[in-house]
Amino acid sequence: MKANCSSPGETGETGSPHPPGPQSPLHQRHLDLGSGLGRSSSWTCCSSTSQIMEKSPLQTIGEEQTQNPYTELLVLKAHHDIVRFLVQLDDYRFASAGDDGIVVVWNAQTGEKLLELNGHTQKITAIITFPSLESREEKNQLILTASADRTVIVWDSDTGRQVQRISCFQSTVKCLTVLQRLDVWLSGGNDLCVWNRKLDLLCKTSHLSDTGISALVEIPKNCVVAAVGKELIIFRLVAPTEGSLEWDILEIKHLLDHQDNILSLINVNDLSFVTGSHIGELIIWDALDWTMQAYERNFWDPSPQLDTQQEIKLCQKSNDISIHHFTCDEENVFAAVGRGLYVYNLHMKRVIACQKTAHDSSVLHIAKLPNRQLISCSEDGSVRIWELREKQQLAAEPVPTGFFNMWGFGRVNKQASQPVKKQQENATSCSLELIGDLIGHSSSVEMFLYFEDHGLVTCSADHLIILWKNGERESGLRSLRLFQKLEENGDLYLAV
Amino acid sequence: MISAPDVVAFTKEEEYEEEPYNEPALPEEYSVPLFPFVNQGANPWSKLSGAKFSRDFILISEFSEQVGPQPLLTIPNDTKVFGTFDLNYFSLRIMSVDYQASFVGHPPGSAYPKLNFVEDSKVVLGDSKEGAFAYVHHLTLYDLEARGFVRPFCMAYISADQHKIMQQFQELSAEFSRASECLKTGNRKAFAGELEKKLKDLDYTRTVLHTETEIQKKANDKGFYSSQAIEKANELASVEKSIIEHQDLLKQIRSYPHRKLKGCDLCPGEMEHIQDQASQASTTSNPDESADTDLYTCRPAYTPKLIKAKSTKCFDKKLKTLEELCDTEYFTQTLTQLSHIEHMFRGDLCYLLTSQIDRALLKQQHITNFLFEDFVEVDDRMVEKQESIPSKPSQDRPPSRSLEECPIPKVLISVGSYKSSVESVLIKMEQELGDEEYKEVEVTELSSFDPQENLDYLDMDMKGSISSGESIEVLGTEKSTSVLSKSDSQASLTVPLSPQVVRSKAVSHRTISEDSIEVLSTCPSEALIPDDFKASYPSAINEEESYPDGNEGAIHFQASISPPELGETEEGSMENTPSQIDSCCIGKESDGQLVLPSSPAHTHSDEDGVVSSPPQRHRQKDQGFRVDFSMENASPSSRDDSCEGFPAYELDPSHLLANRDISKTSLDNYSDTTSYVSSVASTSSDRIPSAYPAGLSSDRHKKRAGQNALKFIRQYPFAHPAIYSLLSGRTLVVLGEDEAIVRKLVTALAIFVPSYGCYAKPVKHWASSPLHIMDFQKWKLIGLQRVASPAGAGTLHALSRYSRYTSILDLDNKTLRCPLYRGTLVPRLADHRTQIKRGSTYYLHVQSMLTQLCSKAFVYTFCHHLHLPTHDKETEELLASRQASFLKLTLGLVNEDVRVVQYLAELLKLHYMQESPGTSHPMLGFDYVPSFLYKI
Repeated sequence: MKANCSSPGETGETGSPHPPGPQSPLHQRHLDLGSGLGRSSSWTCCSSTSQIMEKSPLQTIGEEQTQNPYTELLVLKAHHDIVRFLVQLDDYRFASAGDDGIVVVWNAQTGEKLLELNGHTQKITAIITFPSLESREEKNQLILTASADRTVIVWDSDTGRQVQRISCFQSTVKCLTVLQRLDVWLSGGNDLCVWNRKLDLLCKTSHLSDTGISALVEIPKNCVVAAVGKELIIFRLVAPTEGSLEWDILEIKHLLDHQDNILSLINVNDLSFVTGSHIGELIIWDALDWTMQAYERNFWDPSPQLDTQQEIKLCQKSNDISIHHFTCDEENVFAAVGRGLYVYNLHMKRVIACQKTAHDSSVLHIAKLPNRQLISCSEDGSVRIWELREKQQLAAEPVPTGFFNMWGFGRVNKQASQPVKKQQENATSCSLELIGDLIGHSSSVEMFLYFEDHGLVTCSADHLIILWKNGERESGLRSLRLFQKLEENGDLYLAV
Repeated sequence: MISAPDVVAFTKEEEYEEEPYNEPALPEEYSVPLFPFVNQGANPWSKLSGAKFSRDFILISEFSEQVGPQPLLTIPNDTKVFGTFDLNYFSLRIMSVDYQASFVGHPPGSAYPKLNFVEDSKVVLGDSKEGAFAYVHHLTLYDLEARGFVRPFCMAYISADQHKIMQQFQELSAEFSRASECLKTGNRKAFAGELEKKLKDLDYTRTVLHTETEIQKKANDKGFYSSQAIEKANELASVEKSIIEHQDLLKQIRSYPHRKLKGCDLCPGEMEHIQDQASQASTTSNPDESADTDLYTCRPAYTPKLIKAKSTKCFDKKLKTLEELCDTEYFTQTLTQLSHIEHMFRGDLCYLLTSQIDRALLKQQHITNFLFEDFVEVDDRMVEKQESIPSKPSQDRPPSRSLEECPIPKVLISVGSYKSSVESVLIKMEQELGDEEYKEVEVTELSSFDPQENLDYLDMDMKGSISSGESIEVLGTEKSTSVLSKSDSQASLTVPLSPQVVRSKAVSHRTISEDSIEVLSTCPSEALIPDDFKASYPSAINEEESYPDGNEGAIHFQASISPPELGETEEGSMENTPSQIDSCCIGKESDGQLVLPSSPAHTHSDEDGVVSSPPQRHRQKDQGFRVDFSMENASPSSRDDSCEGFPAYELDPSHLLANRDISKTSLDNYSDTTSYVSSVASTSSDRIPSAYPAGLSSDRHKKRAGQNALKFIRQYPFAHPAIYSLLSGRTLVVLGEDEAIVRKLVTALAIFVPSYGCYAKPVKHWASSPLHIMDFQKWKLIGLQRVASPAGAGTLHALSRYSRYTSILDLDNKTLRCPLYRGTLVPRLADHRTQIKRGSTYYLHVQSMLTQLCSKAFVYTFCHHLHLPTHDKETEELLASRQASFLKLTLGLVNEDVRVVQYLAELLKLHYMQESPGTSHPMLGFDYVPSFLYKI
């Protein structure tokens, strides 16, 4: 679907007056300009650094990675096609699914293959876990998988048993979401269906679009947001009351602010959610009244005041600015924009750090670790570990103030507001430092999963799953198990 | 008894000629003979001189009652092997020393002939003239048609190396006992069948006679019997008696003690046979009608014959062949076992001993030995374990099983009685029995055969039925204390590493019939014993003289026997067993003259009783080891030097076993005395490559690998970081265009690669497709094809992409890209200035260094406090620093050496915890360390 999107970005790009040819003279000129202006301002300093970065666009790290804890890996092989999805089941188990249609349940600690779930005939398009309810007698956690064969299968994650199979879909289900509060789950394809735990179809919408729902999240007030092409549709779920015993789902609102297909949609917190589009628009929405809180749009806006040369060069492909994935914590939204990573601060409502070329090609998945670390994986087959650091005064990382504009500030004020913003930046901005990379996959790393205790699991288009572990910790654990076994065998106290 | 002159002779050759006997202190009888063949210009080891055969072989002989001793077959059955060696003569020799007092007769107080389940006797015998020394294993098979129902056989392992026989006595004994047990089992089966037929014949005869008698009775009713009738009646009575006797015999053969079969895993279906026989025995022992029904219903196929009262003369019959005597199945099985023995003891004694010790030690390291040892041996061990499952047919046993089963040299025997050149030595170490068996089960691998057990049975049997004089004699024991200490050390398997610890000790337990002559000279052609012999092996005589009472005259030494005397003794021995002659004709009473007074009280070897032997006597016989000894003394410095780790053991097993052609050139490399050792006897006795396949290939492999590794080390100054990569688990990719060169180097370097478990080393010799992350997890050493085509670009790209997991040795450009190494371990392991020249030597050097390393890893892994916090509040950092200081200070590891031990420790942990080894590959561990490019 991503590949099919033709976006306005592309047209704008092709219409760009700057062909790739005369880049180096431009660079040269800019450098001259920078040196002519002198090094008094931090702006030029930043610019020149970014120039240097463009010459060697990808930040690399040497072989010495002292902060990289992952010194052990275990290759898990069970799939025979692209592995696209990883989902955590509990503290030590996860499931993987991909284009071969099989779902495999793994032990994250040992790398042992626990179950293989066969049922789908075509590639799996969505997977989600349906946590068990404490009150219910059936404690088993369920796994829901949707496939291109237009079925959804419900699995028992403990036994691998196929609980039920639903094949009444008109179209491929592209997203699944669970509303745990209501104990229902929703499937999104060309229409949106609501199911209960017993897999009864409670209600469904009419046909929405041929492209179908690409993303679906729950927002307060029994509402869900669905991304359908360029638009966001808010649905409200009507649970049965005294008045009506029927479930119902109502279309509440259409949000048409994105100018291109929406690729990513997540909840930031209870009050807001964020969407990202193919052409790099990042919009933060109020989850209650569905209004726009903030709008960031990088590279697209041809504002003349900015270093347009660079931007143009960077946005030769719209793919370079499409927002593939978000992750967030309390303060920041982290966006995987094209090949780069951007950190958007919710309080300051601006980008506080970025790494424009974090990878050789598109970043597909990012995740924030508790220890201020950010992990990204990319089509280039690598996984990189970043650390968000408070930026020191002379840090090399540029903050592209001009690249993102606050919608609220308005373009008219841009010129004026620029210096002010710079001040803020210097005070508070951060940088993303590369502290390690994990090289193992030979093809695009589709997704990864972080286990607090067991390390990192990555899955890739090379059909493999790799378990990355902290070697030191594993060594200690093995020693522990060794002595446990010795004790079990009674060998430990033989000498005594 | 060996002493200074000989030492001088081998260290200072020029002096030895002039004054060989300048030791005044020794009395005449102790004076040491010169090495008898030194005048032939050979060194004492190279050619065992007088030997007329090219290598060791096994001879089976029979003392035929018709023609006397005769050779039956040899293994290998190749005339080239024994060459001009006189088998007939040697058969005579070996058959004439049978101490088995096996016979069938009417013991006093018994009405019927008794079968004795005689234990085999095991004798070591030497014939210096022939240059042959033999382990002789006597056994008795039953044959209804034979005199006394017995046919004496013997199996002899004939070697030119007397030490080999001596030192491997236990192993030879154990292995031959298996073979013997197999033969005897088959024989019992065949004998029982024969008896059954005979019984049917007799029964039929009785019926016929009975009828005839009845007819005569009827015809003659005068009230008195005609002489004819009386004769018939006598005949009938005789038949009746014969039937009873045969039934008794059948019962006896079937009631062969079951417990004897314990530990005899050789005989398939043995237990069934036993049960079968037991049940049959019970039925046949019942009153006659059941026997009759048994006879006529169960075996209708056999038509009984009438037996004439006078049986034909023994000499007219054609005696059964060995194959007929035993079941064919058992016979072939025995042959298999014998050729297995032949394979097993091929090669030089030093090699056998070291490999035995080696294996024994390896078994002790069952936790660490998977790392660097050959998986072949591990396989062997597994096979061995399987073998100890009782009912496994022995045919399935691969010949490569080889020596593992032998306990390590338990009693390193050196029998001091070559004087007469014939000696019966049954090793008996009473005080060990309990310990030994206990330990066998508990500590060592299950040894499926326990020679001691057999000896045990021997005792019981003797007490029960054999009437023969018994005595225990200790021959050639140097020090009484060594007995105990040695048995201790055996039990705990702390084997003395150096063969010179060997004490000559032999506690002989003899079963001797009083009247027979036990010891015959093997030099019958000479009227006098050669002086040197007299001088060198006087021990037996001395002992005789010292303890005439203690031995109760059981041993009659005939030190010098002239040929006619020999004939007499033979005759005598035949005359001495008239009962046997008689008993082959049924129904005749044996006169019982030969029944010996039973004196079953066998004296235990009294340590004190043996001290009279001159303490240094054994040394002469251990010439080879004596040289080792002096060598070691002479060059302690070279031992300490890591370059020359094993001066005394510079043996080249593969050289000895397989590749003779190299030996000359490599011998030239050695000017020191060790070369003597390495060229020991077996050069002459072992020209054909060893036939146990695994052993052969692995020996050759080792040698070649060692050689190539040595070459690599000398050729490349960056060998150390490369080897460090292998030892620390970082995959080394050997990149090159030429497959042969790459393969060769990979094979060589594989000796440094630790294994994951009990399967093949993680080495891929040749890969041509781009490498993948899986490859680095799976393989630790990869030979990679360099391709010039665009496809090759992918290969190189993958290499550079995964460069953090690999070290890359580019053979074409002679570069190495790998992390820095600054430790001290690898320089010792791979010193390019090493004095080691031979591949196998270097291989052994590497093995020993790696074993040392393994033990470090073992200590590190299993040190409790290093890995677990001693109390709850202890931080990880503290633990880590404790580990670091342990590695550094206690284990003395420097810099990157720590990584090696840590890696090995991880492998140990994984291996120890693995439920089923070999199921999965371990994780790929790696470091984020910078690599450097090394160039020549």
